[in-house]
Amino acid sequence: MKKTDVVIIGAGPVGLFAVHQLGIKGLRMEVIDNLDKPGGQCIELYPDKPIYDIPALPECSGETLTKNLLEQIKPFKTKFHLNERVQELVKEDNLWKIKTNKGQSFIAPNIIIAGGVGSFEPRKLPLKDLEKYEGKNIFYSIPDKEKFKNKNIVIFGGGDSALDWSLELSKFSKVTLVHRRNEFRGAPHTLSQLDKLKKSGKILIKTPFQIHSVNEGDTLKSITIKNDEGKTEKLDADIILGFFGLIMQLGPIAEWGLNMTKKTIDVNTNNFQTNKEGIFAIGDISNYPGKLKLILSGFHEAALASVECFKRARPNEKYRFQFTTSSKEIHSRLGIKDK
Amino acid sequence: MAKITFIDKDGNQKKIEIENGLTVMEGAVQNNITGIDADCGGSMACATCHVYVQDEWFNKIEKAEDAEQDMIDMAHEPKKNSRLSCQLIVTDQLDGLVVTTPEKQS
Repeated sequence: MKKTDVVIIGAGPVGLFAVHQLGIKGLRMEVIDNLDKPGGQCIELYPDKPIYDIPALPECSGETLTKNLLEQIKPFKTKFHLNERVQELVKEDNLWKIKTNKGQSFIAPNIIIAGGVGSFEPRKLPLKDLEKYEGKNIFYSIPDKEKFKNKNIVIFGGGDSALDWSLELSKFSKVTLVHRRNEFRGAPHTLSQLDKLKKSGKILIKTPFQIHSVNEGDTLKSITIKNDEGKTEKLDADIILGFFGLIMQLGPIAEWGLNMTKKTIDVNTNNFQTNKEGIFAIGDISNYPGKLKLILSGFHEAALASVECFKRARPNEKYRFQFTTSSKEIHSRLGIKDK
Repeated sequence: MAKITFIDKDGNQKKIEIENGLTVMEGAVQNNITGIDADCGGSMACATCHVYVQDEWFNKIEKAEDAEQDMIDMAHEPKKNSRLSCQLIVTDQLDGLVVTTPEKQS
């Protein structure tokens, strides 16, 4: 069990700036995020797309914004728990105990939920009842390609992941690539390689097809695909891989007894606390009259929430507002030597 | 201004008026149309405002750009007449548009 002052759920831009605001107040924090890297939607959905409304940055990509925020919080040496999703929340005296899907637990007086639209999860194949095959015959990511040697593999998708894995796995398995339209989206080099492998019969391409059904019974042997005209084809399959990108799901947070409006959490605008003391919601996931889903709004929300977090984490100390330009205390926390 | 009809997976219809210049997605969200999630807020990054456009309309409106097609690849059960409603900008010409929302968005 890790003891800390604040647990931040979500390492998107707003979660990262919350680290800064807490850090300059001398608080310790731990950050949990289900993605494999910090940045949230900025890094996962639009790393290259320009953002034009970050104050004092006329133009900035999602990736640059993330890089700059990470640079800004470097002095605090914050611990990130990535590829990890929060699961359970229980109150213990005046503290909150939070458990993750990897069995880690944290205890803190404050939880800041900066979860955006939820945690990123792979988008799954549209058929029902495929869960029983997941992790056995059906995969949405490839932890270990050795498992996929000498198999009949059917890959669904038309983007980079689907193409790259088709090329890679065709070296030692029979690969069929199925996509809903004739066009694939990939680097020119990847596309030309795919074409070569198709011509030499190493990869079978089926377009425009989508999955229609799998065989009956408990063991996956074959699947049926169907096109828009209703034509079906049966394919042998031991392994199905689906690469349809990521979706965002709120997950267990919705079950924590917080007042919610649609998929967002109601907060007050004094300190962005929810209906539960010590639990805050900031950024896209927060809801209050006039809320704008802008990164800059999230930054403001982080600053205000951090004040209340300080008061709860240090009940015996007096909170003193300080400017970063002039406070020696803040400078020492940032590792800046005063002249 | 255009009157736009949304039909859900069970066949329930709802007709709403959307101002010119807004997207069909924005109109749907403002009017609490169920079946449109719009998780990314219209940046064409999530495919959760996916709709099926009635065939006669599908052929009438401008075709989807490549980036939209790439995103529709990620949608739940895409079809030939799939579009992202965040890319459909309302004009008087869209008056009478009929779209069906998919069984689910994610």
